[in-house]
Amino acid sequence: MCDDCGCGDPKPFKIIPMQGTPAKKFQVAAHAHEHEHVDDEGNRYIHSHHEPHAHGEKHEHGGGHNHLQTLSLHQPLLIKNDRLAERNRGFLNAKGIVAINIVSSPGSGKTTFLAKTLEMLRDEIPAAVIVGDLETANDAARLRDKGAPVVQVTTGTVCHLDAEMISRSLEELDLTDRRLLFIENVGNLVCPSSYDLGEAMRVVLISVTEGEDKPLKYPPIFQGARAVVVTKKDLLEASGIDRESLRRNIHAVSHHAEIIEVSARTGEGMSRWIDLLRESTK
Amino acid sequence: MHEVSIMQDMLQLAEENLRKSGCTEIRRIKLRVGLLSGVVPEALSFAFDVLKSGTSAANAILEIESSPSLFSCGECGRESWYESLRFECPECHGGLILQQGGTDLELTQMEVSSTD
Repeated sequence: MCDDCGCGDPKPFKIIPMQGTPAKKFQVAAHAHEHEHVDDEGNRYIHSHHEPHAHGEKHEHGGGHNHLQTLSLHQPLLIKNDRLAERNRGFLNAKGIVAINIVSSPGSGKTTFLAKTLEMLRDEIPAAVIVGDLETANDAARLRDKGAPVVQVTTGTVCHLDAEMISRSLEELDLTDRRLLFIENVGNLVCPSSYDLGEAMRVVLISVTEGEDKPLKYPPIFQGARAVVVTKKDLLEASGIDRESLRRNIHAVSHHAEIIEVSARTGEGMSRWIDLLRESTK
Repeated sequence: MHEVSIMQDMLQLAEENLRKSGCTEIRRIKLRVGLLSGVVPEALSFAFDVLKSGTSAANAILEIESSPSLFSCGECGRESWYESLRFECPECHGGLILQQGGTDLELTQMEVSSTD
């Protein structure tokens, strides 16, 4: 069964490096990887994610008594992801690379915004890009001639990027002399908020056509964002959005977020964003 | 819809805890879900019902408690714990700032038994 929607269609994610030819592809068997535990007595347990197992059999008590135990625990459910994210963070820190997790709804203009950003940074701050989508390498193809190495992650059915996908993508990227890593997450305002990727900062994009109350509808993704970039500013008038109310709603959810209004198409407002990148990579 | 994969991780974690305890069956599982964890408790329950069969938690009861978050008002400074997400101070209508909690997503307690 698939990890996320239970559709019975297991599809592992794929990493497609976009620089160099031919593009090397490899798959991660996300659905059946084996996995080993060693307990305090040195017993080894190997099992796969999809085979429910009862290790308890190894410890059966004889004698027909029936006891009940309460275990007090404080274990994060995403502990595996969180640990891998910390490893990514350490790896990137050691290399002096600032990673930016860019999240938004589908169609907010992440790829256009990123293409413009890479153009403007081209001769100044070397960058690399990881792009996540359910299918196709179209977005990565749009970014590959902007002077930055690009890796496309196709997640199959998974609605977000996770730390393992980033870790595998990093192996495929030539990061020599890179200072910035842009991670274009899967277009989704819900699920990516639960997954730390090891980024230095999260930036949320929202286009003027999305309405002013989106931050109130999807608070987890906005909360803790370093910046909220309001895109498609050239459509501001046509969209009829109440700009002040949008700004108020963003700050209601994410008190410290800097709001940057841009049009990647006309270039308006982009210089403040570029300044933010300059400050972050100093 | 990432609740199914989160629940899969949870069941794996629960099985590991069961093994360490020396017991054979999981009777009760308690989770704590923060306001800003990005997870919908109803979807977690649904995922649990779908995934539990065939595991040691097949007959277990799942309890999900929402954990409160501490907010302070940006205007009057008043601090309060809230169980649901708020944006406005009930006293002075100033903006609330999250101070503590919210993103937790934890397995907090399990009741396990031996079935011999």
